[in-house]
Amino acid sequence: MSKLSILTKGIIKENPTFVLILGMCPTLGTTTSAVNGLGMGVATMFVLIMSNIVISLIKNLVPGKVRIPAFIVVIASFVTVIELLMKAYVPSLYETLGVFIPLIVVNCIILGRAEAFASKNGVLDSALDGVGIGLGFTLSLTLLGAVRELLGTGAIFGQQLFNADNGILIFVLAPGAFIALGYLMVIFNKLTAKLNK
Amino acid sequence: MEYLLIIIGAIFVNNVVLSQFLGICPFLGVSSKVETAAGMGAAVTFVMAISSIVAYLVQYYILVPLGIEFMQTIVFILVIASLVQMVEIVLKKLSPSLYQALGIFLPLITTNCAVLGVALLLVQKEFNLLESFVYAVGTAIGFALALIIFAGIRERLAINGVPKSFKGVPIALVTAGILAMAFMGFSGLV
Repeated sequence: MSKLSILTKGIIKENPTFVLILGMCPTLGTTTSAVNGLGMGVATMFVLIMSNIVISLIKNLVPGKVRIPAFIVVIASFVTVIELLMKAYVPSLYETLGVFIPLIVVNCIILGRAEAFASKNGVLDSALDGVGIGLGFTLSLTLLGAVRELLGTGAIFGQQLFNADNGILIFVLAPGAFIALGYLMVIFNKLTAKLNK
Repeated sequence: MEYLLIIIGAIFVNNVVLSQFLGICPFLGVSSKVETAAGMGAAVTFVMAISSIVAYLVQYYILVPLGIEFMQTIVFILVIASLVQMVEIVLKKLSPSLYQALGIFLPLITTNCAVLGVALLLVQKEFNLLESFVYAVGTAIGFALALIIFAGIRERLAINGVPKSFKGVPIALVTAGILAMAFMGFSGLV
């Protein structure tokens, strides 16, 4: 596989949210606005890239039987790093994302990439894979956040586009997350089916 | 009374799946049949009840005295993963029939973010030991309830005509959205 295709496959072909359907909890739980989605995506991307790099470096040192616990420790360490960094530099975002920051540990995308890609490939490829999949995840989360923010409050990234009173409040609440993601997935399926024809 | 409020709040008002978005993977993954949903619900209840007590003890008797609360995430995930493994071994030995019923669901629970989420939340909410246990059991019952209701709906969905692009996960998500709307009716109860 060429370097470029490793980098870009995560955005459409193997999009973690719309195609692989992984990491649904943060996808639904943190996307009340575009900024929150973006923040969650970037935090996950950081953990994904760093853990992919470290796991591809240590893959020959770790015996096969204990690889999963070893991977989890690596991932949990980087989650703690990003948790402390966010607490220090973006405390308001840290407050809104709340429990979903430590829960990056159990995001199946990260362990999935560690197991399926980083434990079999070199450092550079693993880092590129982390960037690609991380970008796909960040883009999906930002898109979902933007759609929910626009429909719910009439704004995107805090820029008011129409009167907030005309917004459909349900979209920033819990049910709107499920419904908006469901419909985005339908649109995504329809578009990719058309592209593949 | 206080415990009753915690349990009702955890089951209906702040339902773990439909309003807190924890444990969505098993919610979408093992909800195609009512029996499997009930089995998963029972396994989660069992593990969550034990892990809440262990998490409480680890937090207040190990992490806080040593002043290493920042290690919480790493320690909790390791404790929960080994706990699930241990529950599996003990159950296999002590109660083969229960193991038969819950066995296949146990390994899946390690990656269920609801278990780790509850452990983290009960520390955040500063519950005492009994409150933690009640909260964990209430959350788990809420999880099982949502899962079973949803499985019942999906059994009907499977025999109905669904537009091609909606097949599978998208229609499940839209349905879950409507179910979440129904659960919003409970808000203000506690």
